[in-house]
Amino acid sequence: MPLSSPEIAASPSLEMPPGAAVVEFKNVSIGFDENQVLRDISFRVERGETRIILGPAGGGKSTLLKLANGLIAPDSGEISIFGKSLTGMSEREIFELRAHIGMVFQESALFDSLTVEDNVAYRLHEEHVHEAEAHDRVVEALRFVELEKAIDKFPPELSGGMRRRVSIARAIISRPDLILYDSPTGGLDPITSTTIIELVVKQRDVSHTTSLLITHRLQDAFTLATHRYSQSTGHMEPIPNGELDPSTKFLVFNEGKIVFDGTTRELTHTEDPWLKAYME
Amino acid sequence: MKLVSPGAFAKNIVASVQEYSLLSGRAIGNIFSNPRYIADTFTQMDSIGVGSLPIVVLTGFFTGCVLALQAAVSLKEFGAINMTGKLVALSMVKELGPVLTGLMVSGRNASGMASELGSMKVTEQIDAMRALGTDPIRKLVTPRLVATVFMLFFLTIISDACGTGGGALVAVVLLRLNGPAFFHTAYMSLVGGDIVEGLVKPLFSGFIIATIGCYYGLRTTGGTQGVGKATTQAVVASSVLIILVDFLVTQLMIGIFGR
Repeated sequence: MPLSSPEIAASPSLEMPPGAAVVEFKNVSIGFDENQVLRDISFRVERGETRIILGPAGGGKSTLLKLANGLIAPDSGEISIFGKSLTGMSEREIFELRAHIGMVFQESALFDSLTVEDNVAYRLHEEHVHEAEAHDRVVEALRFVELEKAIDKFPPELSGGMRRRVSIARAIISRPDLILYDSPTGGLDPITSTTIIELVVKQRDVSHTTSLLITHRLQDAFTLATHRYSQSTGHMEPIPNGELDPSTKFLVFNEGKIVFDGTTRELTHTEDPWLKAYME
Repeated sequence: MKLVSPGAFAKNIVASVQEYSLLSGRAIGNIFSNPRYIADTFTQMDSIGVGSLPIVVLTGFFTGCVLALQAAVSLKEFGAINMTGKLVALSMVKELGPVLTGLMVSGRNASGMASELGSMKVTEQIDAMRALGTDPIRKLVTPRLVATVFMLFFLTIISDACGTGGGALVAVVLLRLNGPAFFHTAYMSLVGGDIVEGLVKPLFSGFIIATIGCYYGLRTTGGTQGVGKATTQAVVASSVLIILVDFLVTQLMIGIFGR
């Protein structure tokens, strides 16, 4: 895997109030059609942290990411991103905030009528970045996900794994301060899943971007916690001596509530019977 | 079919009207502020206007033909067959041209908008657009609204012309009437109020087609089945509204122009 270029790795600085978390949920609840999806959720994600969100399907994990991006509003509670409360923010102000957030959707959500290049450059085109510069940055982002050859293809011509990689390229092209991954390995075979996780590890270790990642595969979650990206070999490798990545932490959901919020070591040494059963 | 209480049913209707009004209001408001998606508007004009041209030309032409044939049978009984041109022109310009064009474009484009936006909605492309900092109403709805209103206006004029031409062809070839006399009576029968009535209607129809098509598309849920349902609902709702608004505009125009 080639090394990422410095441009991709560089992240623009965003002014945050002192002591503020990148993502902070305070007593957030939301429901749809009398079905309570999230109940009184509170947690913080600090700068540079990778927070893995685990839990059974239908537990409100995707809803949580949409809340974090301001795509939906909570029924109660407060959500702050980069220290700014989303409550009462106008749609236009949220759009400005989203310029610092990249999101990888569950089913990629690529625009079918646009080529890979136009999909990846979508945000740059919206910002009226010069065509030549936009093209260079697209090539750079596609090189990061090893898909330069697919630049002229349309999404329906790509495999599921390739679509997911294009989606990652689209999320990182604006050099965001926060990346939200909604099941980036969902529905993929184990080999392709490992490729995607390797990209997530690479993004984490090269640019140190704060991220929230949903996954249903415990194996992927623990790969993230136990591996690091080696710039010398251009590959992901296990952290020596069984050490764990300090920036990777876990959040486990069940029936709309947080049942675990802590480090990898705390999770693996938990005495909670439900968590133990879930992990097994 | 799931039964709902009358209260819940009424609430759903009020909520839908509110959502539709907000969508329409924001789509109109976006015309007057930046950013404007001019290229998307031209693309939609091509798709909606140029793409609908064959169907509008054929519908208008054959409607004019049938109108001349039917009118001649009735007018002959009163010895007024020379008034065929007047009847065809008035019917086409005031009523059939605007309504049939509206219905044809509705069938073709309201369904197209609902299915395209509905597919984008169920595949999270609308959410992705918002996540990438773009307002989907500004990017998707406003260009379709502007393009439909603008192009339907000209499509109606083309339909009127084709209908009158079709009527003239039937009058000359089948009914053995005098061609110049047909056009003369047609021309003399039309006054300013008739033209205004015929050209105001497509503005309303265009608005209905675009906003209803986009509204049903953007509220699609439930995968491919939901897309099909949204498409059907968009065509039904827009067709009924076009005819309802046609009635109201006609009533208004009669009040203003006295005919």
